[in-house]
Amino acid sequence: MMSDETSPVPTTGKAQELIYELRVEQAMTRDVVAVTPDNTMDDLRNIMREKQISGTPVMEGDALVGIVSIEDLIKSLAQGQPQAKVRDKMCRNVVTLYADEPIVRALNRFSSYRYGRFPVIDRKSRKLVGMLTKGDIVHCLMKRLETNRIHAELRHYRPGHLFEDISSDESTLTLRYRITGGDFDKAGHGSSTLKNSLLTIGIHPETTRRITIASYEAEMNIVVFTQGGDLIATIEPDGVTVHAVDNGPGIPDIDLAMQPGYSTAPDWVRELGFGAGMGLPNIKNNSDEMTITSTVGEGTNLKFTVHTTV
Amino acid sequence: MKLQEVIDILGAQTLVNGVDADVVVESACGADLMSDVLTYAKAGALLLTGLTTVQVIYTAEMADIRAICFVRGKKPPEETVSLAQSKKITLVKTSLPMFESCGKLYRHGLKGCSET
Repeated sequence: MMSDETSPVPTTGKAQELIYELRVEQAMTRDVVAVTPDNTMDDLRNIMREKQISGTPVMEGDALVGIVSIEDLIKSLAQGQPQAKVRDKMCRNVVTLYADEPIVRALNRFSSYRYGRFPVIDRKSRKLVGMLTKGDIVHCLMKRLETNRIHAELRHYRPGHLFEDISSDESTLTLRYRITGGDFDKAGHGSSTLKNSLLTIGIHPETTRRITIASYEAEMNIVVFTQGGDLIATIEPDGVTVHAVDNGPGIPDIDLAMQPGYSTAPDWVRELGFGAGMGLPNIKNNSDEMTITSTVGEGTNLKFTVHTTV
Repeated sequence: MKLQEVIDILGAQTLVNGVDADVVVESACGADLMSDVLTYAKAGALLLTGLTTVQVIYTAEMADIRAICFVRGKKPPEETVSLAQSKKITLVKTSLPMFESCGKLYRHGLKGCSET
């Protein structure tokens, strides 16, 4: 990988070093949620929803006998078999990783098999000790790079390199932030965390500034007008897209809402420094593409993209 | 203009030492409306405001503003101070009102955000 000649790129090298240095056990989730072969697919659905996971190992006592994922669940629901047993729907051909393997080997497994997760086994005891997803690897790397960034203030890190390191057939990273409606003490926290993550990954500071100014306005709208929603940032080598999604009251007239100075915000919002009808115009000005759809009584779906400055 | 000069001109009191007082602020923006700050302020600007909520700190963070001056002697709440500390953003306060604070700094040569 080439670095920008005028600014050496030690962080890129660091990300590469890390995937050789770090072991699977440092990135994996240890608190494993498992099901048994006798559980029904409907049990699985409840467990997945409750624990917010997309797949689990299937354990018979201490033995790992299969793995079952959200794809298996969707298939069995589509076939009208919510009461089917996990044993009949699970994948039996389980590919595992060893806890002491380097992350780079895990990355190879992710590209050779199209699985979303791998059970992690202790080499000696052969027992299940954790689960590893691509997301776990990204979070682990980001944490390490973050420490690096604070110490060295390394900002000239071209985006995309991390993706080349961690993925072969798909180069997208998704970060999701849950925004609580009406929680003014936290209003801004989601965008703040997003900003930190974008800088850590190496997105250009000017791109980061534009995307997070827009996401902060979107976050304020969710806090002020709705019971809550999500900010979902999709990071690709050529840009960052944020989806701001809520189930709030919706916007009756989007053209009107887009007019600078038009606001339906209550007075107390102005005490927070917002609510003057500049939010949506400001989001539009800071992004390269913006679309908004809204249904009264159902919610609003706002999407904006800032292309990466290289 | 160095941050230390801003502090001297306004007779301001430092509440949080986020950045070095030798740091140069290139421009300044005076507003109580955070959307305006997000729209017009330049990165590296000084923000003068009468608002003291945590949203001011988040606004500064998003807009790459490293120093904030509270005018009219406003004292920020503890949450605002501790958030500024964690974000390494300098907080100062002056007893001068907004117009006079901006006027004094402008007279000493600090530019507005549309002039830089």
